[in-house]
Amino acid sequence: MSALLEVSGVSVTFDGFRAINNLSFAIGPQELRAVIGPNGAGKTTFMDIVTGKTRPDEGSVTFGETPRSLLKMSEAQIARAGIGRKFQRPTVFEDQTVSENLMLALKANRAPWRVLFWRETAADRTRVADLAGQVGLGSQLARKAGELSHGQKQWLEIAMLLAQEPRLLLVDEPAAGMSFIEREQTTALLVELAKTRAVVVVEHDMEFIRRLNCKVTVLHEGSVLAEGSLDHVTKNPAVIEVYLGR
Amino acid sequence: MTRSFLARNPSVLWFLLILSAFTLVVTLLAEGFGLGLIPTAFVKVLGKTLCLCLVALAMDLIWGYTGILSLGHMAFFALGGYMLGMWLMYARTEEIVVQSLAGSPIPATPDEVAQGVATQIFGVVGASELPVVWSFAHSAWLQLPLVLIVPGLFALIFGWLAFRARVNGVYLSILTQAMTLALALYLFQNDSGLRGNNGLSGLQNLPGLGEVPQSTLSISFFLASAALLAAGYVTLAWITAGKFGSALRAIRDDEQRLRFLGYPVEGYKLFVFTLTAMIAAIAGALYYPQAGIINPAELAPIASIYLAVWVAIGGRGRLYGAVIGAAFVSLLSSWFTGGTAPSIPLGFYTIHWVDWWTVLLGLSFVLVTLFAPKGIGGLFDRFAHIGTPERHGADLGPDAGSLQEREAQE
Ligand SMILES: Nc1ncnc2c1ncn2[C@@H]1O[C@H](COP(=O)(O)OP(=O)(O)OP(=O)(O)O)[C@@H](O)[C@H]1O
Ligand SMILES: [Mg+2]
Repeated sequence: MSALLEVSGVSVTFDGFRAINNLSFAIGPQELRAVIGPNGAGKTTFMDIVTGKTRPDEGSVTFGETPRSLLKMSEAQIARAGIGRKFQRPTVFEDQTVSENLMLALKANRAPWRVLFWRETAADRTRVADLAGQVGLGSQLARKAGELSHGQKQWLEIAMLLAQEPRLLLVDEPAAGMSFIEREQTTALLVELAKTRAVVVVEHDMEFIRRLNCKVTVLHEGSVLAEGSLDHVTKNPAVIEVYLGR
Repeated sequence: MTRSFLARNPSVLWFLLILSAFTLVVTLLAEGFGLGLIPTAFVKVLGKTLCLCLVALAMDLIWGYTGILSLGHMAFFALGGYMLGMWLMYARTEEIVVQSLAGSPIPATPDEVAQGVATQIFGVVGASELPVVWSFAHSAWLQLPLVLIVPGLFALIFGWLAFRARVNGVYLSILTQAMTLALALYLFQNDSGLRGNNGLSGLQNLPGLGEVPQSTLSISFFLASAALLAAGYVTLAWITAGKFGSALRAIRDDEQRLRFLGYPVEGYKLFVFTLTAMIAAIAGALYYPQAGIINPAELAPIASIYLAVWVAIGGRGRLYGAVIGAAFVSLLSSWFTGGTAPSIPLGFYTIHWVDWWTVLLGLSFVLVTLFAPKGIGGLFDRFAHIGTPERHGADLGPDAGSLQEREAQE
């Protein structure tokens, strides 16, 4: 299986502090992967590197069947290449309606000139309504995103990711602030999504990870400590020591 | 769901209606056209006010919608004025020179005329050669496009450098202040080729229309200003209504998030910066012939700060707010500083408005920022909300707000 995303030998230093240390990571085109690790392990920084927000000091990051380096691309170019990202805190455009948020995210040409003359079609409206329905916001289309509950914002952000039709989804702590039912729905959705694309989920909650039922990568001090099934990594003494033992 | 643009944006229709009514009333009452109740000087004030409303619209697009607090847009306004002014001054001077040479026995050669024009225009700064920047001034066809090209190109280069380096927030504001200051200082020099601190004058005289009285000219300029303001309003309403407007507001609220949706944020900023600079330039090109004179003091950093104050007081992020703010504050300002506002004797001290107006303006700016961040436009929304509490933030038609604007202008 050829990898969709391949990160190899990547290091990042912030003011002398090595946040990522010779990290290597690969994920296939239709794969679900959980990334766990203690606070400050570098999970968010890893996503920052893949999405172009942080530039690594060394190493390579490639994406696609015919691998292209992501290191020279801007955040926007990387997003257009097919990498979608959900942030740790829900970030939606609070001052705009649910439907405007989704319209913005809908896969389409992003060049200013094209957007200026873009007019929504009936197909776009149906697609937006479908996406909102998929995450249970079907009746909230006209509401301002800022009025939604925390959980609903998380869902809206997930729907915006889906609207982009990415090939790789990076999801940072999706279940934070969600109720039990919402967590269950989220796991089901992520498992479903990983059938057609690659999904990387960062999460602290072990129960959540268990329900994802996928390969797990354990990060510690900026590099991979262990990798394998959840049962496999939880038996690893080094993992118990740094993470589970606490 | 495919309703027309006007049906989806009732504020545009209201704005056009009120602007036409206002224009009609002023025209009928003006000295040059109708009943003569409004003196020519005041028609010019109103015409200039419409130009200020237009540049305020541009400011609202860049600041209110896109969240880029540019404190340099009056530089583009003035540049537009300079570009048009060069042609006006050249053509007018040429007429005078041709006339005075007509008496000589041998007909003047084009070279002699050009030399005469150069001496006339540049005598004040002790030069008699036409500087290179005036190369196009002899021809309206060559010079008029520069009204858009020069400020547009300037904004494009400045914006490209600033946005590419991801200069943001207060740093960008400072940079734009530095830009307008640098430009002003440059223009103050005599060898900048634009007559130093003398600036350009006599711009109220249109070439070929020397016989037409100012009373008539002033009303034509007033009407042209109204037409351009209307065009500007409709264009900006169209730009901000669709997905493009949605993207601009997204840049204002969280540009990083928009980047991760794949939008080239820098490109959008550059586009809006350049577009608004060109709108400002058009407004300036129409303003200065009504003012009659332009000099580098017009590019003083404070001018651009005033522009931001107007938009803040009127209510940013809504186009009619910008228009209300510019009209209301600039008219009030010319009333207070024009010496017509009655002084207030306090016994121990007399408040002369000429001195105290800026204090009052600064105070109202602080008060608006603290207590009515949505400005005058927002206040009217609040009143209107009493009747319809559950509107979830959709903008109201500006009927109430626009009434205020009309009051302010009449
Ligand atoms: N921009 C930055 N400048 C300096 N240090 C940083 C920066 N970003 C991250 N760090 C540091 O890098 C380390 C890794 O941070 P990161 O946010 O990636 O951790 P994480 O695994 O996502 O943790 P959490 O579980 O708390 O979200 C932390 O020690 C953090 O303080
Ligand atoms: Mg994190």
